[in-house]
Amino acid sequence: MTLAPEAGPALQEVDPLASEVRRVPPPPRRRAGRFTPLVLLVPGIAVLAAVIGWPLVQLLIMSFQEYGRAQAFGAPAPFNGLDNYIEVLGDEQFWAVLTRSIAFCIVNVALTIVLGTLVALMMTRLNRFFRLLVSVGLLLAWAMPALTATIVWGWLFDTQFGVVNYTLTQLTGIDFMGHSWLIDPVSFFAVATVIVTWGAVPFVAFSLYAGLTQVPGEVLEAAQLDGATSVQRFRLIVFPYLRSIFVVLTILSIIWDMRVFAQIYALQGIGGVREQTSTIGVYIYKTSLGTGEYGIGGATAVILVVILLAVSFFYVRKTIREEEL
Amino acid sequence: MTALATARPARAGSTGRRTSPERRRRRVGSVVLSAVAVIVFLVSAFPVYWMINTSLLPNNLTRTAVPHFWPDEFTFKNYELVLFGDTRSPFLPALGNSLAVTLITVAVALVFAFLAALAVTRFRFRGRGSFIVAILIIQMIPGEAMLISTYRVLDDWQLLNTLAGLSLVYVATVLPFTVWTLRGFVNGVPLELEEAAMIDGCSRMQAFWRVTFPLLAPGLVATGVFGFIQAWNEFVLALVVMSRPDSQTLPVWLRTFQEATTTTNWAAIMAGSTLMSIPVIVFFLIVQGRMTSGLVAGAVKG
Repeated sequence: MTLAPEAGPALQEVDPLASEVRRVPPPPRRRAGRFTPLVLLVPGIAVLAAVIGWPLVQLLIMSFQEYGRAQAFGAPAPFNGLDNYIEVLGDEQFWAVLTRSIAFCIVNVALTIVLGTLVALMMTRLNRFFRLLVSVGLLLAWAMPALTATIVWGWLFDTQFGVVNYTLTQLTGIDFMGHSWLIDPVSFFAVATVIVTWGAVPFVAFSLYAGLTQVPGEVLEAAQLDGATSVQRFRLIVFPYLRSIFVVLTILSIIWDMRVFAQIYALQGIGGVREQTSTIGVYIYKTSLGTGEYGIGGATAVILVVILLAVSFFYVRKTIREEEL
Repeated sequence: MTALATARPARAGSTGRRTSPERRRRRVGSVVLSAVAVIVFLVSAFPVYWMINTSLLPNNLTRTAVPHFWPDEFTFKNYELVLFGDTRSPFLPALGNSLAVTLITVAVALVFAFLAALAVTRFRFRGRGSFIVAILIIQMIPGEAMLISTYRVLDDWQLLNTLAGLSLVYVATVLPFTVWTLRGFVNGVPLELEEAAMIDGCSRMQAFWRVTFPLLAPGLVATGVFGFIQAWNEFVLALVVMSRPDSQTLPVWLRTFQEATTTTNWAAIMAGSTLMSIPVIVFFLIVQGRMTSGLVAGAVKG
């Protein structure tokens, strides 16, 4: 987190004092100057069309062209139909990268949601002092830019002088001094998982904590009197209340963790084997800007956009329904 | 902290008189919980502490068998080296680039987003729903996938390695989020206030500027800070668009600096990291309360 990469529309203002959220009805149709709203929208739409829309069109076109170094220097780029896609989908390395990205994503999302839930549940049962303490810690982790966080964690896990090796040696009695964490791909991704989860848990924990404070205490108490265990209370009462928060958090986490770039790229710079540790974002960067295979990189990028938009579809639909636009 | 530190209403102990073993169990439980809370705090905060601690130690003390857990030989030498030292990638120009890009981005994005938010909250018109849906979808398109074509389009427009080029990309990047957030803030100001002012003789513009706008100011500030943080931290696009050493922003600078210090001068790298992170952390702590509790809005059954 980075602060959550882009906290996205999931975060909107809510008055902490408001006990219930006001649903905002759509504004009345105003007769004042039929074109005013459109004039207000022009600057925003112009920027989005120029910097997102137009490159997106370019990306699509490029993914159907033979586009390499020569074309980048001005040679004509002939259309080659689905060749790029066929090449990408037939490339073992692409599948390795995609599998790696998805596996990394699943592990990190699961860890983030589980740990975030546990921390949020814990916060509801702490007294003021300890809750403040936990909040401050979480905010520090959340506020840390992804890149500096990665470099700092890289230092913590440093082979020779890292505090992690020292501490593990002291605690376990096993000699970890000089142990390299980044050379072995599995271990590399374990470190990446620590970094990503560490940065992502705060957002989930705070969101769930805010939700938990709205679960009516009487219901939980009644269940307790009826002999429900705490696990049952969570499963049968708390979870159904917070289901839609869980859905939103899961979808957002999937999107962020599929896109993970800065952490992986920087960790590779500190000492990983690039071929074995690239996730899909880093892979696109390397095939296009690294080796100049823009057409291939473009096709890969289109595939990534399609995957992420498919995941986002549910989120967007849900948000629109809720907002009663 | 307000939004986070509000205590949960205490539950009435409705189970009558407690037996003493149960009370003991509860006390043990709360001690365990407090201990876990301390562990969560330590794990969360330690990297930040370690970054600052290392940055204040002379570099030779970062390479000892037993780590120095606090800056017992306190020094600002690392900061001097980063700020004014003859390093291969100088810090100050990168700081200047970062400041320029983030400030331009925030200013432009806030104005554009504010206008758009007004349009979608205060008016109904054909295409309003589509615009909001488009904003939500654009939010989900990953910059990592767009970097090739963004690079090429900026190249066509002669904007590679320019502050204007990167700012333009960042405005588009933070705009969807900014529009969405401001829309929530504008919705939070009841129209009746404006109408009351108009009954008292204000024109619509006057009513807006004198009544609604002051109420929106805190929301504008918080949204601006969030946009600032996003632009300040952004790495991928900056890496691609600003490839020349003299046009680097801080995140790109930090990475080249980290790779360029051959004997891995961790103390200096941590000083650079601290310089880059502290403004973000401070700003974030100031505005988070205003921004972080919104996910619950409308998401709880009830």
